[in-house]
Amino acid sequence: MTAAPILQFDRVICRFGAITAVGGVTCDIAAGSFVALVGASGSGKSTLLKTVNTLVAPSEGRVLFGGEDVSALNPARLRRRVGYVFQGVGLFPHFPVGENIAIGPRLAGEKLPPERIAQLLALVELEPAMASRMPDELSGGQRQRVGVARALAGGPELLLMDEPFGALDPVTRDALGAKVRELHERLDLTTVMVTHDMAEALLLADRVLVMDGGRLVADETPRALLAGAGGAIAQGLVAVPREQAERLAALEGLGGSRT
Amino acid sequence: MGDIWDILPGLGDKLAAHVVLSASAIGLAMLIALPMAVWASRSPVVARITLGLASLVQTIPALALLALFFPLLLSLRAVFGEGLPTLGFLPALMALTLYALLPILRNAVTAQANLDPGVLEAADGVGMTKWQKLTLVEAPLSAPFIMAGIRTASVWTIGAATLATTIGQPSLGDPIFAGLQTQNWALVLAGCLASAGLALAADNLLWVIEVGLAKRSRWMTFGGAAVVVMGILAALWAQGAGNDERRIVIASKQFSEQYILAQLIGARLEAAGYAVEYRDGLGSAVVHSAVASSAIDISVDYTGTIWTNYLKRADNPGREAMYETIREWEWQTNGVKVLGRLGFENAYAFAMRSDRAAELGVASLSDLVAVAPRLTVGGDPEFFERPEWIAVRDAYGLRFAGTRNFAPTFMYNALKSGEADVISAYTSDGRIAADKLVVLADPKGALPSYDAMLMLSPRIAGDEGVIAALEPLVGAISVEAMREANLAVDREDTAKMTPKAAAAQLAAKAGL
Repeated sequence: MTAAPILQFDRVICRFGAITAVGGVTCDIAAGSFVALVGASGSGKSTLLKTVNTLVAPSEGRVLFGGEDVSALNPARLRRRVGYVFQGVGLFPHFPVGENIAIGPRLAGEKLPPERIAQLLALVELEPAMASRMPDELSGGQRQRVGVARALAGGPELLLMDEPFGALDPVTRDALGAKVRELHERLDLTTVMVTHDMAEALLLADRVLVMDGGRLVADETPRALLAGAGGAIAQGLVAVPREQAERLAALEGLGGSRT
Repeated sequence: MGDIWDILPGLGDKLAAHVVLSASAIGLAMLIALPMAVWASRSPVVARITLGLASLVQTIPALALLALFFPLLLSLRAVFGEGLPTLGFLPALMALTLYALLPILRNAVTAQANLDPGVLEAADGVGMTKWQKLTLVEAPLSAPFIMAGIRTASVWTIGAATLATTIGQPSLGDPIFAGLQTQNWALVLAGCLASAGLALAADNLLWVIEVGLAKRSRWMTFGGAAVVVMGILAALWAQGAGNDERRIVIASKQFSEQYILAQLIGARLEAAGYAVEYRDGLGSAVVHSAVASSAIDISVDYTGTIWTNYLKRADNPGREAMYETIREWEWQTNGVKVLGRLGFENAYAFAMRSDRAAELGVASLSDLVAVAPRLTVGGDPEFFERPEWIAVRDAYGLRFAGTRNFAPTFMYNALKSGEADVISAYTSDGRIAADKLVVLADPKGALPSYDAMLMLSPRIAGDEGVIAALEPLVGAISVEAMREANLAVDREDTAKMTPKAAAAQLAAKAGL
């Protein structure tokens, strides 16, 4: 990781009344990296992510995007430079798929041609004919694919994903995860993905940040985590998929011995 | 009742006025409520205050709300000058607008509160400015619910607009009020049918727009809106066509005699070449101020009414002195010209069924004192608030078992059916003789005299043509002639007449 940081958290603290959601996070994210932000519910990972596109303003500290303090940027313009995908998908129910995808550029005063929309649909493996469908005619997985296409429409430098696959069935989830990783490579993106699923983090990311109680408690590569680094909390999270994998392997072994 | 179909086509100008008034009130309410709803959706405090105030307005009866704008606008004349209208369109518009606010505001606020938070987060996330979020996401997603609120407001407003009649704004309430007072049920039904039909039509058209918005069908949305706009434009055009000149406006209060006299006056003015307009069914309190402010040009008022309500006098100097004092006072204080007395009195008098009076041995108010605690007294809606009642009650020490209010025409029915034992009748009422009622004597002279007077507003006080046309009415109408005309309108058999026909007959009898 020799690339310059595209994103820097500098002693970020977020308080909501008496609750401290993020309790002082400092960390740099290099351009081109795929970072997973993992933690249990309420660990502050989503809040930290939202400080990047200023959906949440930090109580203290700063967030730098390309070296600029995000609080000094025009929020609407900043958000159009940052792709954002979240669990709720949030497609606009009154716009057809094509218009949903084209919304970011439209807000900036640019009209996306149908070929570009078809291209974006193709990126997420949807037919061009989908463009005229309304969101409520799509399946959950299709909807989230459209959500990803919408996030990519403005040609963002940074892709933020907040539990993007949480509501999907395992098969769709796996396929879409692989697709996003592939797009990350192909489009030369920097991606930050929030997830509570350590397995997903280990398989997709090249750097895993573990949060607990609003603080960063581990910052490791997937390989290092699997090798036992990162401390007790991180290892507790790694233990779950590992045990599942071992039990599955054992089951397989058992079945083999029967034949 | 077949006459309904003859009456309905004649209601065109009332319908046009009704449409213009209702549409203006709803349009104004939308202009106020929608920005307020946006503000309320950003601040819970504003939401609580605006919704609270709108609900509070809703608890005021529409009739009272309409009437309250009269004194309010009158006092505002100190700021805006004498040109500010106090009756008619302006107060009706203001009251109905206030009334229409709640459903629009409440639906708009609820719609905003129920928007999917995920969609709102997405709107921020894709980089919408606050204005883009409002116009691209919040407004289109709330539109069907807001439209439902506008529909409710429209139905309410079209219904409540019938009450605008009482403050001198022509509406479909005119035939309803006129019909109620003269017991002309065909007229009442025609007015109700027309206003209900209008409400249903508006409701259905707005429903088409609402469904169009919900299904995102441009065809339905714009088609429905186009029909609504055309209807309003047609009403405006119809109204504009009729209003080429300032007419002479003749008022009538809410009883038959007033309707007949208004027609009698109107017929004479029309014969003299004037264009006239009737404002029927006005509240008694409104009429006097309306004439003083020239919002209305001609009314018939009664000496006793002016004496107690406006001169605030409780003494009784005798019939002639009372009239002269009033004439002088009206001219000096209000610039109102009292042209003269018509020749009859319509005094308050207490009346009983003759069999009941005989049974109880009552012939005068003094006799009534002993039996009153067992009796119920009925009066018109304002009677028990009037100084006349207080004067009589205190002069004789009357204590009744109960008091009940009836519309003037229903008081006589109440007496017949025994729901009231004594009523506050009017001496010019034809039903006193027709129902064989006993009018109780007033030995203490507690009730003042009620000579009917012709009142001219300051605007026409010097109009010699008007004076020449109306002067023959002075002293021309005897109480017997008036009773006969009143009975002709109030009776419920086949000899029943419209106020207009009764006025013509009265004119002929009086040799005019």
